Amino acid sequence: MSLNPKFITAEEAAALIEDGSSVMLSGFVGCGSALQVIDALSKTDVKGLRLIMNDSSKLNGPDGDEYYSWAKLIHNGQVDGYLGSHLGTNPEAQKMQAAGELNVDLVPQGSLAEMIRAGGYGLGCVVTPTGVDTLVEDSPFCLGRLEVEGKTYLMMKPVTADWAIVKGAKVDKLGNVWYKGTGRNFAPYMAAAAKHVIVEAVEVVEVGEILPEDVVTPGILVDYIVEVKK
Amino acid sequence: MDKKYIKDYIARRVAQELKDGYVVNLGVGLPTLCTKYLPEGVKICIDAELGIVGQGATPYPGDDNYDPLNVVDAGGSPASVAYGGSFTDSATNFGLIRGGHVDAVVLGCMEVDEEGNLANWIIPGKSMAGMGGAMDLCNGAKEVIIAMAHTAKGNAKILKKCKLPLTAYHCVTDIITEMGVMKVVPGTGIVLKEYNPELGNAEEAVAAIQAVTEATLIVDPALKPMEGDLESLNV
Repeated sequence: MSLNPKFITAEEAAALIEDGSSVMLSGFVGCGSALQVIDALSKTDVKGLRLIMNDSSKLNGPDGDEYYSWAKLIHNGQVDGYLGSHLGTNPEAQKMQAAGELNVDLVPQGSLAEMIRAGGYGLGCVVTPTGVDTLVEDSPFCLGRLEVEGKTYLMMKPVTADWAIVKGAKVDKLGNVWYKGTGRNFAPYMAAAAKHVIVEAVEVVEVGEILPEDVVTPGILVDYIVEVKK
Repeated sequence: MDKKYIKDYIARRVAQELKDGYVVNLGVGLPTLCTKYLPEGVKICIDAELGIVGQGATPYPGDDNYDPLNVVDAGGSPASVAYGGSFTDSATNFGLIRGGHVDAVVLGCMEVDEEGNLANWIIPGKSMAGMGGAMDLCNGAKEVIIAMAHTAKGNAKILKKCKLPLTAYHCVTDIITEMGVMKVVPGTGIVLKEYNPELGNAEEAVAAIQAVTEATLIVDPALKPMEGDLESLNV
């Protein structure tokens, strides 16, 4: 939490992350992810990361780049824990999981979003009908069933993390963030659920350029801003 | 059926189930082909669970709205927002789904059964794809339409009881394959409503479909052939 977020480089941001940290990464199959900070992190020797993000990204990015976004971290063996909803977009991650090289916990995507939201906003659990009578009930993130007015729900644990690394399309100098397109995905809730928040800013703007009504993530949640290198 | 027609043949039939004004979530692959075959006058709003209400046409490199770093569909491929559409965060979109604001989801599966259960996310000990948004969609959408090839390498996928871990239970309403159109009726089972006339007359078709279906099919007294020829498909 900060009223005056610090401007740092992607390399400086990556250097903040310690071995074994839990890290939330915004993005959906890489879209809306903080590509430059993640790339810098992949060039460090940080290991044992416990990642919280939707999926395993993919082996090639839109420009043909290899190991798109956090697929690099998985490829490098920097990842110990994986909490997400999907694994199938990255065959390498699937192989690593099958070989016992990647500890994967999967929960439904809608539950994951709410679990992060609950973690960020002080709720004790998420109560959702999704996952009843499935393997989700055996997940360490499932606290059991709850009956409400004759309907069965699962109680899912809130999730928090040491760090959130998210991407904003426009970020003002006080850290207020506006997201673009589907790049928003999990980012607003991750920014609330992590102790420390790094925002990779595609464009840094003056305060006021994002209308107060259009601010999605209030600047008080943001600790560090990394302006992307064009 | 010639392999090149199968997906479009199924997608065209699924499109007949989508009513004007429906909010529809289309799974990756075959389901997305449905948009090619919407009946005249039918307009739908496509939901993409990661955060689009009103997904538009697929953009390609060079198009003004090609922006894969910021706008993708629920399969992670470049996408766009349609006129009048909106972007949401993922929690909000799944709220719309669980909240019953999505009329239909069209998706494939590995197994579906007589009770309307389906399995499509994991083969224990073999492969884990993940449930992604499928569990929420099957719980929340009013109609769950399974669109898939009738068998997998000759093996039945429409079973008495799913063997794989479930994605969701008691949720499937329709099953549409290249062989026929089926409705899942709670407490009754799977009712065969239409058959592919390539399989012969009604009696021959029912026998052919049942032969590759483990579930016991209940034949609708109003059973009829599926409409439309292969030549008119936009393959």
